[in-house]
Amino acid sequence: MVRFCYIRIGIALFLILCSSTTGTERFPPPDFIETNYVIPSPTVPGPRQDIYEYIDAGVLLAVLGLSSYLVLRNRSRRAIFILMVFSLLYFGFWRKGCVCPVGAIQNIVLSIFDRDYVVPIAIAFFFLLPLVFALFFGRVFCAGVCPLGAVQDLVLLRPTSVPNWLESGLRLFAYVYLAAAVLFAATGSAFLICRYDPFVAFFRLNGNLNILIIGACLLLISMFIGRPYCRFICPYGVLLRQLSRLSKWRVTITPDECIQCRLCEDSCPFGAIKRPTTDWPATEYSRSKKRLAVLIILLPVLIFLCGWTGSGLKMVTSRMHARVRLAERIYLEDTGKVQDTTDASLAFRTTGKEPKVLYEEASNIRAEFGLGGWFFGGFTGLVIGLKLIAVSVWRQRTDYEADRAGCLACGRCFKYCPKEHVRLKKVKEVTG
Amino acid sequence: MMSKNKNNISRRHFLRDGFWAGCLAALGGLTGFLLSKLRKTNTVWQIDPYTCIACGNCATYCVLEESAVKCVHAFALCGYCRICFGFFGPEPVEINEGAENQLCPTGAITRTFVEDPYYEYTIDESLCNGCGKCVKGCNTFGNGSLSLQVRHDRCLNCNECSIAAACPSGAYKRVPADEPYMLKKVGHA
Repeated sequence: MVRFCYIRIGIALFLILCSSTTGTERFPPPDFIETNYVIPSPTVPGPRQDIYEYIDAGVLLAVLGLSSYLVLRNRSRRAIFILMVFSLLYFGFWRKGCVCPVGAIQNIVLSIFDRDYVVPIAIAFFFLLPLVFALFFGRVFCAGVCPLGAVQDLVLLRPTSVPNWLESGLRLFAYVYLAAAVLFAATGSAFLICRYDPFVAFFRLNGNLNILIIGACLLLISMFIGRPYCRFICPYGVLLRQLSRLSKWRVTITPDECIQCRLCEDSCPFGAIKRPTTDWPATEYSRSKKRLAVLIILLPVLIFLCGWTGSGLKMVTSRMHARVRLAERIYLEDTGKVQDTTDASLAFRTTGKEPKVLYEEASNIRAEFGLGGWFFGGFTGLVIGLKLIAVSVWRQRTDYEADRAGCLACGRCFKYCPKEHVRLKKVKEVTG
Repeated sequence: MMSKNKNNISRRHFLRDGFWAGCLAALGGLTGFLLSKLRKTNTVWQIDPYTCIACGNCATYCVLEESAVKCVHAFALCGYCRICFGFFGPEPVEINEGAENQLCPTGAITRTFVEDPYYEYTIDESLCNGCGKCVKGCNTFGNGSLSLQVRHDRCLNCNECSIAAACPSGAYKRVPADEPYMLKKVGHA
């Protein structure tokens, strides 16, 4: 029996050597004359139907609308909380957190830079809807829709305030993260945001161990520091921040007029309540003016320096691209610097392509990273420079206000305002 | 002084409104651009069986505990060999269905007699872990009728597929959801 097997192997090897062509049909399929055997076809269970993607987009629209209503009109933290839990269950645990607007940034960027990639309509919806809503109603997406925000909000037990300088400093990371995600998506290397999404693994109750550990650490931190991912990491939050600065309607702590009672002062766990300012201190004035002038002159220098650095890092950053990694590996093997092979290099050898073609491809990708690095670095420099300028500008405020950019519209501050209690009593009087 | 202040505020408002309109226009422009290259159907991940080298990453890199990738048998390509190199290990003790003779680590392939000398090989998907050992065997010595495919009843369709990121041959592709499989065909060059 076994000997016969070896003979068959021998025949097979002979056939392989003879047939350099396709590799298929070494043994022609039989006709089955003795039995009436019918050749079965493999089962092909279909994916989730497209209609469900549209339903998801519809749910997103409805929840965004409801969230806007609850934040701006209803002003009820309890209702916002319930909506948030619903979104966590639906978009998080039911839909397993994919696709989300945060990750959709990359699909949009890829579709702009890659001619062959076409965005499915549902993903485009997911990306655009929250931005449009932010332009009208502020960050209502963060308040009641985003499952990543919801999971952090639920575990917030004892909020501690983060000093202003640390908050702004840490926030810079979100801008760099956004720029990096755009760079890697535009070059078709990786979807960074999805790869390092800390909470999706929770929604699936499964996933990469490292990511699960990062997610667990972030959840631990969010017990004491409100929504750290949203404030310091979320790249979509960066877009929402800037758009909600301009929003037509926004969260107001008081439904009426601020009486400066200071009751709401410490109510925000995200440090998004701005206190009224004193007058410009006369001693500071000339110093600040000089500093501002220097900073504005330095801004282009900073942009250039950061851009230059970003471009110079192309040898490192381009390694995110699989083709570049492969080219480097093939080069090492061909020059005899490494002896063993990898799956990737073996796969490349079987295609029979010339290494030269691969090297050229890799150097093109590196050039793309060089150009992209200018934008990546330049953007980082711009953000740092503008932050420094913003710190040097004195803004005058007379009332307690929700920070247009930083307010996540969670609605926690509403009940601290005595005017809000007046408003609610009035409602009671009318109905009762 | 008063009028200047007022003027100041209205300038700020004007700027803000201008920016607001600009952002709305930008979003509109982006929508327009996306509309020009938008597809109605969603995309799903699939493995190109002609590029796949059956390295075994599919079994380990999927975010699911049990990988969404399974072995699929294109029966029309199969030679129904008595000695199948996708079924038997490299040095089988005997040519029968004994576990010690099998290549599949989970015993997911069943071998049934059809007529002399032909045998049918079917994959029990509940046992298959997508390691691709049988695919490698069949591709090297046989017709290559076994291939790894993403099973869409299991796949979560992650925005970035973790297996695709770890795929050494670049066999993973986004394909339209109305044609979600890339099965091997008879007579493919």
